[in-house]
Amino acid sequence: MKEMSTKQRSALIRIAVSSALLLFLLILSPREQLGFLLFMIPYLIVGYDILVDAFYGVLNRQPFDECFLMSIATIGAIILGEYSEAVAVMLFYQLGEFFQSYAVGKSRKNIQELMDIRPDYANIEGESGELIQASPDELEPGTIIVIKPGEKVPIDGVIIEGSASINTCALTGESLPRDVFEGDELKSGSVNISGLLKLKTTKLFEESTASKILDLVENAGIKKSKQEKFISKFARIYTPFVCYSALALAIVPPLVSCFIYGNYDMSTWVYRALTFLVISCPCALVISVPLSFFAAIGGAGKAGILVKGSSYLETLSQVSEIVFDKTGTVTKGVFELKKIVPLEISESELLELAAHVEAFSDHPISRSIIKAYGKTPDESRIGELENIPGKGIVAKIDSEIVAVGNSALMDALGIEHEDVSEHGTLVHTAKNGKYLGYMLISDELRPNMKAAVSELKTLGIKRTHMLTGDLKSAALEVAEKAGISEVKFELLPQDKVLEIEKLMESKGKKEKIAYVGDGINDAPVLRRADVGIAMGGLGSDAAIESADIVIMDDDPMKIPLALRFSKKCIRIIYENIYFSIGIKFSFLILAAFGFTNMWYAIFADVGVMVIAVLNSLRALNVKSAKD
Amino acid sequence: MKKVYKIDVDCANCANKLEDTAKKFEGIEDAAVNFMTQKIHIEFKDQVSPDDVMPELRKACKKIHRGCEIYI
Repeated sequence: MKEMSTKQRSALIRIAVSSALLLFLLILSPREQLGFLLFMIPYLIVGYDILVDAFYGVLNRQPFDECFLMSIATIGAIILGEYSEAVAVMLFYQLGEFFQSYAVGKSRKNIQELMDIRPDYANIEGESGELIQASPDELEPGTIIVIKPGEKVPIDGVIIEGSASINTCALTGESLPRDVFEGDELKSGSVNISGLLKLKTTKLFEESTASKILDLVENAGIKKSKQEKFISKFARIYTPFVCYSALALAIVPPLVSCFIYGNYDMSTWVYRALTFLVISCPCALVISVPLSFFAAIGGAGKAGILVKGSSYLETLSQVSEIVFDKTGTVTKGVFELKKIVPLEISESELLELAAHVEAFSDHPISRSIIKAYGKTPDESRIGELENIPGKGIVAKIDSEIVAVGNSALMDALGIEHEDVSEHGTLVHTAKNGKYLGYMLISDELRPNMKAAVSELKTLGIKRTHMLTGDLKSAALEVAEKAGISEVKFELLPQDKVLEIEKLMESKGKKEKIAYVGDGINDAPVLRRADVGIAMGGLGSDAAIESADIVIMDDDPMKIPLALRFSKKCIRIIYENIYFSIGIKFSFLILAAFGFTNMWYAIFADVGVMVIAVLNSLRALNVKSAKD
Repeated sequence: MKKVYKIDVDCANCANKLEDTAKKFEGIEDAAVNFMTQKIHIEFKDQVSPDDVMPELRKACKKIHRGCEIYI
């Protein structure tokens, strides 16, 4: 009860009082004039606001306003002497409205709580060491903040003192706490469970993970799905259609009968027409579609899958082929130098040379070489430098031209090189056109990748693809391990967009292509695909901006899970659409032939709404693969 | 220019009507109402000041239903 707003509480009290009075009057069944006066009491208690709203609706020329229709239906019933039905219609209409507002309000609140990562304050140390609560958006990067047990991390940063267990559930859906120590990076939105942490912030509040996610969640839903558009169009036509039919029903049959038989029964047809008006409100449908999407997006968010809008959920449910990026998606993207094979120089000399060429590169392979080198490259030795995308880097080191890159680079430079078929990426080095040897760098398959791919197949994904810039041998090996059927290799970054476009062209209209990448160098592909899914890219701004769906941790099993959410949500929406429209039209027909009365009509109307709302809320939960 | 405003709309159909009204409103390029998050996203036409448009839109919104509100 305490969760209800004052509006809801007063509605509930009015409904209760009015239904008690109605029940009493039904037992008492008072006669004519007295009956009219007595029935007016519960009628006005429960329906006065509807009547007032209807009056304003007429003033503002909104003829098909629900309140107006309900008022006409009930006032008509009163004129026909059907007092109890008038009260019942108003009562159940209000009960339906109350239920809807309660259910929507509750799910809105639940989902907001799930995504409750908004930090309210940050603790900073005052001059004498006491803690002051500051507003997080005022703090500059580099500020030292203190996070006590039970508090949220307000801003992204690095731990400079202390260790603790942290819970990243609100961010990643992972419920097991993780231990963090000095030097570790922390993302805002995680919760400190134990231990006192001192954090040096690395970002502004607005640029921190929590703010970005909140921004994304709040802006979701600008792009509406086909179903939402259909429903708003339907609602626009449905109510006027029912109203004009009601008018026709009240006038045409009596007129016809008047001409043919010379007599007519006006009140029967007017009563049937009024019954029409009772079923004219499209609310059940209109509420159930956005509610289902909202529940599914909320449920997915809880599981660590951010969906940027209902239209993407719709598209995801139609995906028939999934394209994976290799590095960082199918594989961990953590490269390690496995082998150095030098010619004429020593291993350490080769490594040193390569590390200097790669010194300024952010490419994961470059980072692995620098990491293996173990020292910071001496920037003064590095001269002119050219980065050749998809091939490698050519730089002047100690005024000698050193080329480090793949076979394509060596071919382009006309340098003969070795070709080894081993799992991994070969990085060749040449100095002044002379081949110096290669290094073997490899990357591991993500755990669960194979299971995820095979689950995708059971969910109706026809084909899986992998795109990579790597050599054929390395690409095929990884694809086989992951169970991915189609592989395109030795692609330059721009080729990946072309590959996606080719696939999209060869598809049927209703089939969609999803692309899964890490957003590091494939943002254009994420944007181009029907639906772009970024994985493990929580830290990468490009991933969050370009993708339609962001998986907040690195678990590939979240891809089939996202698919399950989308399929369940769309199924529920169609169930609701068919069910509600089916019931409403059946009742229209029954009412037209006099097989039903207002009681049944209002029961049907409210019943359909309650069932549709409850059905929508099922979209919040999805069974995982194991059950 | 794009802006987001908080709204208070009780019924989903009113939300649809509000979206329709806003879309056709003078000075507004495009609009989307999210009933579940109770927000309206408005893209204003170039050289149009939200301060000129919003009070008018709010009046129009009140006409859809007495209880509707846009918090400007």
